[in-house]
Amino acid sequence: MNPPAEAPRIGVFVCDCGFNILGVVDVPAVVKFAAALPGVVHAEEYKYMCSDPGQDLIKKAVQEHGLNRVVVASCSPTLHERTFRRVVSEAGINPFLFNMVNIREGVSWVTEDKVQATEKAESLIDAGVRRVTLQEPLEARSEPVNPNVLVIGGGIAGMHASLSLANANRGAKVHLVERQPSIGGNMARFDKTFPTLDCASCILTPKMTEVKIHPNIRLHSYSEVVSVDGYVGNFDVTIEHKPRYINEDLCIGCLKCIEACVFKDARFPNEFDLGLAKRKPIYIPFPQAVPTKVLIDPHDCLYLRLGTCKKTCIDACEKDAIDLEQKPDRVSLKVGTIVVATGFKPFDARRKPQYGYGVLPNVYTALEMERFLSPTGPTEGVPLLQDGRKPETVGIIHCVGSRDKNTNEYCSKVCCMYSLKLAHLIKERTGAEVYNFYIDMRTPGKGYEEFYERLLSEGLKVIRGRVAEVTKAALTRAEKDHLIIRAEDTLAGFVRRIPVDMVVLAVGLEPQSDTQELRRMLNLSCGHEGFLQELHPKLAPVSTATDGIFIAGACQGPKDIPETVAQAGAAASEALSLIHRGVVEIQPYTAVVNEELCSGCKVCIGMCPYDAIGYDEEKRVVHVTEVKCKGCGVCAAACPTGAMDQQHFRKELVMAEIAGVI
Amino acid sequence: MTGYLYYPGCSLKGSGAPYEKSLLAVFSALGQELKEIPDWNCCGATAYLSVDQDMAVAMAARNLAIAEKLDGQDVVAPCSGCYLSLAKAKATLAEYPDVRARVTAALGKASLPYEGRVAVRHPLEVLLTDVGPEVLKKRVTRPLKNLRVAPYYGCAILRPYPGVPSPQAPHSLEDLCRVVGATPVDYPNKARCCGGMLTAGVQSVGLRLVEILLCEAKAADVDAVVTTCPLCQYNLEVYQERICKAKGKDVRLPILYFTQLLGMAFGLDDHALGMDQLLRVPLVAPCAGVKA
Amino acid sequence: MQVVRTVKYEEELDAGFTNQVASEPGGDAIWNCLQCGTCSAICPVSIYMDKTPRRIIGLIRGGFRDEVLGSLSIWICTSCYACTVECPQQIRITDIMYIAKRMAMKESQYQRFVVPAVEEAFVKMVRKNGRLTESRMGIKVVRKSGLRSGVAMFPIAWRLMRKHRMSLLHVERMQDPASLRAVLDALEPRHAPTAPAAAPSRAAGA
Ligand SMILES: Cc1cc2nc3c(=O)[nH]c(=O)nc-3n(C[C@H](O)[C@H](O)[C@H](O)COP(=O)(O)OP(=O)(O)OC[C@H]3O[C@@H](n4cnc5c(N)ncnc54)[C@H](O)[C@@H]3O)c2cc1C
Ligand code: SF4
Ligand code: SF4
Ligand code: SF4
Ligand code: SF4
Repeated sequence: MNPPAEAPRIGVFVCDCGFNILGVVDVPAVVKFAAALPGVVHAEEYKYMCSDPGQDLIKKAVQEHGLNRVVVASCSPTLHERTFRRVVSEAGINPFLFNMVNIREGVSWVTEDKVQATEKAESLIDAGVRRVTLQEPLEARSEPVNPNVLVIGGGIAGMHASLSLANANRGAKVHLVERQPSIGGNMARFDKTFPTLDCASCILTPKMTEVKIHPNIRLHSYSEVVSVDGYVGNFDVTIEHKPRYINEDLCIGCLKCIEACVFKDARFPNEFDLGLAKRKPIYIPFPQAVPTKVLIDPHDCLYLRLGTCKKTCIDACEKDAIDLEQKPDRVSLKVGTIVVATGFKPFDARRKPQYGYGVLPNVYTALEMERFLSPTGPTEGVPLLQDGRKPETVGIIHCVGSRDKNTNEYCSKVCCMYSLKLAHLIKERTGAEVYNFYIDMRTPGKGYEEFYERLLSEGLKVIRGRVAEVTKAALTRAEKDHLIIRAEDTLAGFVRRIPVDMVVLAVGLEPQSDTQELRRMLNLSCGHEGFLQELHPKLAPVSTATDGIFIAGACQGPKDIPETVAQAGAAASEALSLIHRGVVEIQPYTAVVNEELCSGCKVCIGMCPYDAIGYDEEKRVVHVTEVKCKGCGVCAAACPTGAMDQQHFRKELVMAEIAGVI
Repeated sequence: MTGYLYYPGCSLKGSGAPYEKSLLAVFSALGQELKEIPDWNCCGATAYLSVDQDMAVAMAARNLAIAEKLDGQDVVAPCSGCYLSLAKAKATLAEYPDVRARVTAALGKASLPYEGRVAVRHPLEVLLTDVGPEVLKKRVTRPLKNLRVAPYYGCAILRPYPGVPSPQAPHSLEDLCRVVGATPVDYPNKARCCGGMLTAGVQSVGLRLVEILLCEAKAADVDAVVTTCPLCQYNLEVYQERICKAKGKDVRLPILYFTQLLGMAFGLDDHALGMDQLLRVPLVAPCAGVKA
Repeated sequence: MQVVRTVKYEEELDAGFTNQVASEPGGDAIWNCLQCGTCSAICPVSIYMDKTPRRIIGLIRGGFRDEVLGSLSIWICTSCYACTVECPQQIRITDIMYIAKRMAMKESQYQRFVVPAVEEAFVKMVRKNGRLTESRMGIKVVRKSGLRSGVAMFPIAWRLMRKHRMSLLHVERMQDPASLRAVLDALEPRHAPTAPAAAPSRAAGA
């Protein structure tokens, strides 16, 4: 390719990173090694290269030694490539004549042997120097940021993010997509929230209403995002509205149709109540649902299932809102940023058959108990046994599915606290004796330990021992007709069998079952437990590896409402900061064609996932549309003649780098 | 390579004789060959593992090595204890290279190379998966209607190398009961320990476990308990009188092998099934013998 | 009434004990124990043990060598594997019980109890005949556990003999027991890892 215009004068800067690198790599030796490499005119070591003095030191060296290319050997480029590129460009060098070599995550953190680590660092620096010698000056392109935002998921996280964005972002729209018929997420199921025991709907419903009436929010309820293309600042999004069989614009939520439905009794399980209560084919999920519009379940409705029905619902509707022929419809939008707030899925208690869920009567999950405790729930706020009695004893089993290598290894973080909350409410509503079985009581947080203390003084029975099984095999008279919980009271030093009327399983929080599809659609990554992965656990907790896409709430990992809301606010502010900057820099890593080599075989055209390559009939060669090209590099790999190349990843660069390592 | 290799184990040659008889009768009624492993040795049971790890593994592995040397068919081990010893040895050899090195070296000296090729299986699973409930059902001539049965699995067939599905929610015996027309009752302690060797070592403890199991079956008003293991069968059967006397409750119940249950439904001869060797035999329901 | 002092001084503990156990097959995961007690709660016989399985694991992890090897628990364990399949940390408690049994056997920390004696007898018999003869073994058990149990066992034995499920004459043996012994003798006896690094002394600090 184009030979470098001037002879390379390379500076190599090796970072100690405190003891992070220095502790394992012999940095002075590495500096000496680097100084002797061809093209290198200066090499030095510093404690923290990314610090202000470190940055100044690079700039000064550029001046003093007339450097025209720079290599920094330190941490991962995901952390500081941006920093050093800026430094280099401030020093008057094109930022693409800089190369970053990772000797921390790639070397010192993963190598124990000091000699090996030093050798590895040296060969990586050798590779980096060879590469930088061949690098070319490039210009980053900038693109405007579309001020519209897509928020996926309408739980407390999605609602809070939407409102923050909508309040600040004048003239732009927030598109909130919720797959359920109503927003609210799991929080809408709760009666009270820990640790303050404030009423969940009193704090949630106003937010739901605000979302509904906010002029800057467009709510797409009962909808799914079906595709996302493009890049930061310029995403193309397609949303599908599932048919409610109701014209949303006409329905006023009078609910007369429900009354009129040919099914006189509610007999289909209501999803919102987890099947504990029943609904008709035409229903609203819960009284405070937003939007307050009915919908028809096509699996239950006579007409939609079998094609015949008297359709009494239609007659009852004064607004003519019912449309039994409704089809799904799709809308396409342009947004600049995306907030993902898809929440969690509760652990399926059937996966722990030893606790009898789904087999033994009166064994419920905590989420079901939340519904029992809700005034709008199946028992109007008082948990009852299947025979209609109030329970006299209730056992709450912590860590169901969590802290368990057979299911989920991680701690679900909120279940100790919500179990204490449930214990309090159950005692309050039924007067029952409540036992909580725990491994460790995890109550860190403002006011949380105090809440635990409060429960203890209320006479809660806490037993430190993980429950081995719930059985109905009675051994004593008192155990007869009870559920018997078997656990070791590890503090008292006895195995105990405790007969109870009702068992509540504190199920853990799991990633949504479609997280993998979502991840692929948005090009995100997941941690090993399956939750969406943040860019950096401490420094970029709501950013992702894809610029312009942020995550908030329980989709990122188990967390409670305060933390969820804090994250949602953070995600909104990250999105706003991009929007207010107005432009994004697009890396110039696009593909380029060497027309002399191109044979016009068009292999690359079919390979390009972004439709960025076209064919010039006259010249009989292909050409790349730069704005469409995302620099994925498949075309370069596919090209049989070597005509296609990717800027900053040209074949010579890659080969030079490889030569340095081997 | 048809049929199976058969590892009887010591119990089936002694107190478990009815198990061996009924197993062989049922397999032959189904046209399935069981070929006894020549000059097999004791699987080592739990005792050897308490004394010497390598030797315990070698004991079990010697039998597997002989099986490999033959045709390498699946080894059927009807005694749950033997099933576990063999499966455990196989798993240990696969998981711990140093144990494998020492044990294969020792077997090698006896010209018994070991590669870990043969599968170890329990006949209950073989009957339900290889033969299949449909074929079994067809062979039933005497549906055991009105027979209420407590399905009892014990430990070794389920844990930690499940020979039939699901350590926490097994259902194979229930499936089998349904095949023969009998009614399996809900038996919550079906996977709890029968006391194992403790009925001999620490009788007060062992017999209490037996008592709990028998009382529960009695309370469920069953005609028999069906088992998959000679030690379970023995423990549940032979101590009944003693428990009756000591605790003043009636815990007398027939304790069958699942193969006997199947054989009865196939209309096989009582003697061929070793029914006459049980201490207590169930009254087979009056409608037996009438084809459904 | 006797007052007992239960303090443990560090020098009475065997710091290497845990690693010894952890290095045996099945002992690997012992450091991960949460002390949750699931093992004790599912165990059918923990209520008869002097130390529950959870405590055994805790004691091993703390280096309480004597307390573990001298405990009845390891001999009461019926090897039912309930704990192993239920443990949320996938600790193979049953295997750890076996490891402790082998160590106790080797160091003769057990004699006061019938189970280990019976197990040694079992091993002797199968080494000799290649197989087990239940009736002979029964007699050995009775001999180790005393006259009372012998009297109690008599009617059972009698009934089984009448049903041809037990015989005092028949000896179950391989055709060629030597072929098994050849395999066993090719192995070095490996009851347990070699002696502890520092022998704990029970009396220290008392
Ligand atoms: C039993 C129980 C009790 C609890 N009690 C408390 C408490 O008292 N106090 C407290 O602070 N915390 C509590 N929590 C924790 C609390 O539920 C969470 O912190 C909170 O719900 C997280 O909010 P979220 O918006 O991130 O997720 P969610 O509430 O799960 O909401 C996610 C929303 O996204 C939607 N969605 C998912 N995928 C998609 C998709 N692909 N497209 C469109 N929409 C999608 C879902 O339908 C849902 O509406 C409790 C948890 C449980 C299980
Ligand atoms: S069409 Fe019939 S079944 Fe369906 S909602 Fe209307 S009245 Fe009910
Ligand atoms: S928060 Fe508590 S109940 Fe939930 S997994 Fe963690 S320790 Fe278990
Ligand atoms: S079940 Fe496992 S983690 Fe829990 S106490 Fe027992 S060994 Fe430890
Ligand atoms: S294997 Fe032993 S310790 Fe574990 S549950 Fe069974 S008897 Fe108890």
